[in-house]
Amino acid sequence: MHPLPLEGIRIADFTNVYAGPYGTMMLADFGAEVIRVESLQYFPSTTRGTTPRPSKALMATGSRLVVAYPGLDPGDKPWNRHAMFNCHARNKLSMTVNLRTPEGIDIVKRLVQCSDAVVDNYSAGVMDRLGLSYDVLKAWKSDIVVMQMPAFGLSGPYMKTQAFGIGVEGPCGFTALRGYADDPEHRHVPSVVHMDAASGPGSAFALLTALHYRDRTGEGQFIEFAQAENMLPHLGAYFLDTQMNQRVYGPMGNHHPHMAPHNVYPCREPDTWIAIAVADDTEWQALGQALDWPAWVLDDRFHTATGRLQYQDELDSALADWTRQWTPLEAAQRLQAHRVSAGPVLSVADAYSDAHLRARGFFETVTHPEAGTHEYPGMLWHMSHTLAHIRTPPCCLGEHNAYVYCDLLGYSTEEIDAFTEAGHIGDTYVEAQPSASA
Amino acid sequence: MSPHALDDLLILDLTHYIAGPYCTKRLADYGARVIKIERPDGGDPCRRFGPFPDDTPHPEKSGLFLHLNTNKESLTLNLKSLRGRQIFFKLLTHADVVVESFHPRVMRQLQLDYPLLRRVKPSIVMTSISNFGQTGPYRDWRAQDLTLYAMGGEMYSSGATNRDPLQQAPGLTLYQGGAMAAAATMVAVFGARRHQVGQHIDLSLFETQVGSMDRRLTNLVAYQYNGASPAPEDPKPVGVMPSGVYRCKDGFVDIRTNIRWWERLVNMMEMPELNDDPRFGTEDARLNPAHREAFLKQFEDWLMRHSRQNIMRKAQQARLPATAVNTPEEVLTDPHFVERHSFVDIEHPVAGTWKFPGAPFRLERTPWQIRQPAPLLGQHTEAVLQELLKFSNADIQELRDCHII
Repeated sequence: MHPLPLEGIRIADFTNVYAGPYGTMMLADFGAEVIRVESLQYFPSTTRGTTPRPSKALMATGSRLVVAYPGLDPGDKPWNRHAMFNCHARNKLSMTVNLRTPEGIDIVKRLVQCSDAVVDNYSAGVMDRLGLSYDVLKAWKSDIVVMQMPAFGLSGPYMKTQAFGIGVEGPCGFTALRGYADDPEHRHVPSVVHMDAASGPGSAFALLTALHYRDRTGEGQFIEFAQAENMLPHLGAYFLDTQMNQRVYGPMGNHHPHMAPHNVYPCREPDTWIAIAVADDTEWQALGQALDWPAWVLDDRFHTATGRLQYQDELDSALADWTRQWTPLEAAQRLQAHRVSAGPVLSVADAYSDAHLRARGFFETVTHPEAGTHEYPGMLWHMSHTLAHIRTPPCCLGEHNAYVYCDLLGYSTEEIDAFTEAGHIGDTYVEAQPSASA
Repeated sequence: MSPHALDDLLILDLTHYIAGPYCTKRLADYGARVIKIERPDGGDPCRRFGPFPDDTPHPEKSGLFLHLNTNKESLTLNLKSLRGRQIFFKLLTHADVVVESFHPRVMRQLQLDYPLLRRVKPSIVMTSISNFGQTGPYRDWRAQDLTLYAMGGEMYSSGATNRDPLQQAPGLTLYQGGAMAAAATMVAVFGARRHQVGQHIDLSLFETQVGSMDRRLTNLVAYQYNGASPAPEDPKPVGVMPSGVYRCKDGFVDIRTNIRWWERLVNMMEMPELNDDPRFGTEDARLNPAHREAFLKQFEDWLMRHSRQNIMRKAQQARLPATAVNTPEEVLTDPHFVERHSFVDIEHPVAGTWKFPGAPFRLERTPWQIRQPAPLLGQHTEAVLQELLKFSNADIQELRDCHII
C-alpha cells in the first residue's frame, strides 16, 4: 500500500479545546506525526475534560460536558477517558514537559529542531510569553512553519478580548443571523457555534499551504490565523447584500431569504422533525406531486416563489399537517422519491443507525487502553489510493514520552530519569496526584 | 507583488454554486491558477443568484458569484460535445488538480470520470464534492444547506427547550464543505508531489456535517460512552448571573458570566453598592433565582446607557467575556475589522467596487492577494486556448461557430 500523503511531516501541537485540535486531527488522520506537547503542571481548559478529577458532586450535576466518560465513570485517569478529547485525539501522540522551566524550553527546542511545523490556539501573546515566539522558533530551525490561532488576531481593539466561540461569532455577524423569528430580542442564544467547524479545515489548509511553499523553496513562514477572519467569508452574501441593497437581516428562524417552503416540520412522535427546502417552481411542483395534490397546494398564491415567500406561515402550517403523519425518515423518503430536498433531523443516536453512514463505513471500532472498546466517527473524506483510518486510539497523557524523549530527541537514560524526577515526564496531572503522606 | 504559495498548481474547476467554488477560491486566493470551466449558455448558475445591486439580476453582478470566484479565469466549454471533451483532456495534461461538484452520475456520463482522467494523467488529484458522496443509499438524494445541517449537523441539539430545532445562518454547511475540500485537496497534492500517487477524493457534505466540531464529534463519542443523546435545551440560569444576549444603547451584546465572576461584574458596572444590597451581597443571595429579575433590571438599565464598543472595553478591563452582536452592516464598520483591513475593496469591470471579506489567514511571506476580480463569463477562453493548447484565432473562431466554446 502507498504511504499516507502526509507521512514524513512532524507537527509540534500545542493546541487545546476544539478549534486547533480539530485541524491537527485531519493532518494526523492522513499521516502527519502530530505530537501533542502537554504539561503535567497545567490542566488546559476544556480539553481533557472540564477538570482533571471531577468530584462526586460535580458528576451528580449531570451536566453534559462534565460527565462524558464511559459508563459515567471518570475512572483512574479521567483525562484519558473524556469524549471531548477522545473524539479528536486519534492518530496523535502525546508527550509531557514543564514549559515553565528553562529545561522544558530546551526540550521543546530539540523537538522543534526536528519538526516541520508548530501550531497553537492560545490567546494572542501566550506562546510569546512562554518564550516560544516565531522569532525564537525560527532561530532554532530556520525553515519552521509556525501557526498561531488567536480568536481575533494579533492586532486591533479586540486582540485581548476574552471570548468563547459564541463570543467570537457575535462581532462577526453570525449571532445576529441566527434565532427564532418570534424572538427579536435574542432571548434564546444558540449554544452551538460555527467557529470550531470552520477553524478545523481552515487551519489544516493554512498549514499545508505554508508547508507546500516550504517544500518548493526551502522557506518556512509565520501564519497568523485569526479565527474570526477565517469565518467572515462564510457570510459573504450578507455583506454584499447590505452594501448593495441596505438589506437588514434579523433572526429568521428556519426560513430562507429566497426559498419557501423552507423549514423544519414536526413528525409523528414528539421531538422528531424533518427539514424541507423547496428551491424553485420545479421543486414546488414535485412537492405537490409527492403530497398527491391536496387542495391547498393548488392555491394561486403559492404558484410563484414570491407568493410562497409572502405566505409561508400558512404554507408551513399546511405542510406540518402532512408531516405529522410520518416518521422523519418516511417523510424524507416519500419526498426524495419525487425529487424534493428533504432530510430527517438526525439525533446522535439516529446517526449510529443511519443506513447511509453505515454503508459508507463512517464509524470505526477502536479499543482504547483505558476507555474500552467503542465505535468512533472515522475519516472526514475518502481517498481512492489511501487507506486512511484510525491507526492508533486517542492518545493518553504522556503515552509517547518514551518514543519522543528517547527515540526522537535522543536523550540518554540518565537524562530521562532526571526529567522524570524534575516533573517533566509522567502520565498524571500534578493536581490530580495523591498528596504525599506525612 | 509578493510571492504566492500555490502558484505552481494549475486547477481545472468544474464546480458551481457555493461549496465547490469556495474550495477553489481558497486555492486561487493563495496563488493557484484556477481555470473555471463554465457552460457556454449561462455559465455557473450562481451568476443568477443574488444579491444584485438594487435587486436587479445581471449575470456579471451577482454579489455571491463575485465573492466566490476571485482570482479565477473563466473558460466556456461545452463538455457534452466530443471536441469539448478533447479540449478538456488536452488541458488536463497541464493540470495538477480537477475539482468538481456535480451529482455523482454526471462525470461518468460526460466520460470524464476519475479512471479515465488517471489514464491521461496518473498524478492527477481529482476532488469530487457532493451532497452524500459518490456511493451509498442517499447518493441520489437532493439536498440544500438546511437539510444537510438537519441530517448531519448539530441541529438536533440546537435550539430552545421544547420547540423546533434551529438552523444557523443559511449557507454555512456549504462553506464548511468547501473549506474541508480545500484541506483534502492539499492533502492529496502532498501525496502526489511526495509519493507520486494521484488520488480521487470523495467528499460528502453530509459526512462533513456528521464529523463536525464542537458538538457533533463530542456528542457522537459521548453517546458511545454513556448513552447521552442531547436534545435542544436552553441553558439553566445560575441565580442572578447574566449569560446571553442583551439589548444595549446601540444594539446588542453577548455576555457570559459565572458565579465566580461576581466581583468582575460589579467592577465592570462600576456599582460597588450592589455588594451592599442583601439580594446580591452574598453568594447564597446571588444563587437565589428569586433575586434574578431584580438584578437583571439593574443590569439591563446599565447596558442601555452604554454602547457595544464601550461595553466591550469595560468588560475587557474587568476580564469578563462580552462582545458586540453585530449585524452584517455593523461588521463592515466595526473598529476591529476596520483597523485590521479584514474587508478589502475589489473593483470589477461591470459590477463596480464593493467590499469583500479579505484574507481568512495571514501568511507572512506569501500573503493572500487579489490578482483579479471574479471573471466575466468566458473572459479567458481565447487566452487559455492560445496559451496552453496553441490554438490559432481561426481554430478558436471555428470552435465558437460550432458552439464548443
